[in-house]
Amino acid sequence: MELTSPFQFAKRSVLVVQDYAYLSLRSVTNVFSHPRYVADAIQQADLIGVGSLPIVILTGMFTGMVLALNSANTLERFGSLSLTGQLVSISMVRELGPVLTSLMVAGRNSSGMASELGSMKVTEQIDAMRALGTDPYKKLVTPRVISTVFMMFFLTILSDLVGLAGGYLISYLLLGIDTFQYWNTAYQSLTYNDVITGLLKPLFFGFIISTIGCYYGMTTKGGTQGVGRSTTQAVVASSVLILAVDVVLTQLMLSLK
Amino acid sequence: MTPPAISSTEFKPAPPPDTVHKAIIFDNVSIGFEDLTVLDGVSFELNRGETKVILGVAGAGKSIMLKMCLGLVKPDSGHIYVLGHDVTTMKEDELFDLRSKVGIIFQESALFDSLTVRDNVAFRLKEEKHPEAEVEARVREALRFVELEPAIDKFPSQLSGGMRRRVGIARAIITHPEALLYDSPTGGLDPITSTTIVELIMKQRDVAKTSALLVSHRLQDGFMLATHYYDPATSSMKPVDGKPMHDVRTSFMVLREGKVIFSGTGVELGAVDDPYIREYIS
Repeated sequence: MELTSPFQFAKRSVLVVQDYAYLSLRSVTNVFSHPRYVADAIQQADLIGVGSLPIVILTGMFTGMVLALNSANTLERFGSLSLTGQLVSISMVRELGPVLTSLMVAGRNSSGMASELGSMKVTEQIDAMRALGTDPYKKLVTPRVISTVFMMFFLTILSDLVGLAGGYLISYLLLGIDTFQYWNTAYQSLTYNDVITGLLKPLFFGFIISTIGCYYGMTTKGGTQGVGRSTTQAVVASSVLILAVDVVLTQLMLSLK
Repeated sequence: MTPPAISSTEFKPAPPPDTVHKAIIFDNVSIGFEDLTVLDGVSFELNRGETKVILGVAGAGKSIMLKMCLGLVKPDSGHIYVLGHDVTTMKEDELFDLRSKVGIIFQESALFDSLTVRDNVAFRLKEEKHPEAEVEARVREALRFVELEPAIDKFPSQLSGGMRRRVGIARAIITHPEALLYDSPTGGLDPITSTTIVELIMKQRDVAKTSALLVSHRLQDGFMLATHYYDPATSSMKPVDGKPMHDVRTSFMVLREGKVIFSGTGVELGAVDDPYIREYIS
């Protein structure tokens, strides 16, 4: 294996950050300039949003269920089984709904974007697009970023609802908690800060998923092997970045409470 | 110490590039990647209506020259003038307009694999929001030119290598560009299909009078272009018979290790003494 000097490594790392920052900036500024590819954005919204529904619903449902089971196990020791709804609701809305939905969408779509754009890159289709007078950042990147951010917002709401429903099923069927009690504690315990935190996070996470996926796709080198590498890197980088940004956002929102 | 004054007779600023008669000008262009020098001070001019065949072994820097013409890759030094514009100083947004006047045929066609032949060929017109009926008519016209109209609804994966190149040519010529850049258009094709592609290039040269840079490592393609003309009456190519009306306006350039080692006509290329070129053309 070839050894890289620390200077070269630092130089390459700065270049990666610079290129990623440029792509992210372009993906946003393109929204304010012509041409706008609305049809491409709608198509991507369908692929990303509707296409991700099954995994988001299943993930939300099972997470809500397992949350109810684990919470009840602990709460029962303190005689507070009735608070299960509260714990499921706060955990789902503040944290698990946005994060798990984002991780699932990252696994599905960040990799998809990296492989699709990566294949286009190595077969010179991106160059062909530029040669034909079309800006690939406008045509390929911006529609993906816009639609991912937009759809992540609604997918997270759906995941939260399905998670609460999953928690309810376990609470009602296995734990014998009253329906009204579950939903009442779940609803009453939520504050505006919880809801805003839970709805703000997917916007950031959606941006991370799409820009990372597009970045690795647009910078793919080395044929089909390179496409595979980009796909893996996109999933790993977006997942880690989602978790890191989650810490920052959580702390920020808690400080505003 | 004050430097000696330059008299008006000594100081001669470089003349502005002749962009009226020249389609493409390379002025002392160099580019390298990491430690490898790909092009080293390359200078040449392509006249309007002329076809220049660029020969050289793999890795000689031929394909990168075409990408630099479109501003897809920027040189490390030097200037490139395309249709009167210095592409080395233009921003990406400014280049998009220029690129609509220059067509390129990529080595592996670079067709959009998720689009049909129709949508591939129509791509630029659709981006420019031309009316649907006009787009359809022009797509069919371009596909008729490359004799591929029946494949209009097929996807690139359903086409042979030669057919994909022809679709690439149709996509490049649909806007009637002033200059065309061919990147190894016959690379990897069988001799019969290669001849078909060369005939199409010849047809574009002689019918549309388009300026063209043709990169190839196949000498026979270049010689066929230099020794034949396209006859629209019989829709076939014929050997040049010396008549002025059959001036094929085709020249050659040979690259070696990033430098131009030969530039001239096909006859001059055949008579050159350089052992490397002699070995290359033998």
